[in-house]
Amino acid sequence: MDRTFSALADPTRRAVLLRLKQKPGLSVSELARPFSLKLPGMMKHLDVLSDAGLITRVKTGRVVSVNLSAGPMREAMEWLQRYERFWTVSMDRLVALVEKDGGR
Amino acid sequence: MTENLPGVTIVRHIKASPAKVWAAITQPELMMQWWGPDAGPTLRAEADVRPGGRFSVVFRLLNGDEHNPTGIYQEVIPERKLVFTWDWPGMPERESLVTFRLEPIDGGTRLTLLHAHLPDEAARRSHEQGWNGLLDKLPVFLGAAAWAS
Repeated sequence: MDRTFSALADPTRRAVLLRLKQKPGLSVSELARPFSLKLPGMMKHLDVLSDAGLITRVKTGRVVSVNLSAGPMREAMEWLQRYERFWTVSMDRLVALVEKDGGR
Repeated sequence: MTENLPGVTIVRHIKASPAKVWAAITQPELMMQWWGPDAGPTLRAEADVRPGGRFSVVFRLLNGDEHNPTGIYQEVIPERKLVFTWDWPGMPERESLVTFRLEPIDGGTRLTLLHAHLPDEAARRSHEQGWNGLLDKLPVFLGAAAWAS
């Protein structure tokens, strides 16, 4: 999951994910075009996303098409939601405890 | 560094002194009274509040499940800052880091809680962009959770 967060920390990579959400199966050169990135630069970003399990790449002939794979993203979201719930409720109870007798 | 890691941040303005809030987050008999994600009971709390000391809390959820997060205190500055690692056996995750920061404000205490990931070495190396901005974007991804499901 650390890799997921790390991969998401880069704005280009987030933009790539959003584009793939809109247009699944884009080729590497189609992905690179709007970012004014050279192919090797885009390949590096795709490697990071792929290592994090966020995308899959399929080679057909000479074209590599890229697709989203949302599992790790969901894991990261579940982590955030679990602890948001955990600490929000705990903090409510903590505040009620320390404020109940006038708070001094 | 921890400020830049992705995680959950909660800020509360509390009408009680930092001394009182500090007691509530460090004394086992007080920790027992608030710790837990629902109204289920806290069964046991241990807190050896010094760097390298251990904490352990056992709580039971309303559905009957018992949990026992544990960790090691990393930083202890009375009435200001408490940092500990967080390990929750049985949950699918790696160790993480919890930071409580207390600041005196007019009429009480501002309490900031941060529960963040600890990056592994690979993540640390590729941190060139930092995490700033990521949290702002996460709701976008949350909204897109339907993705490939």
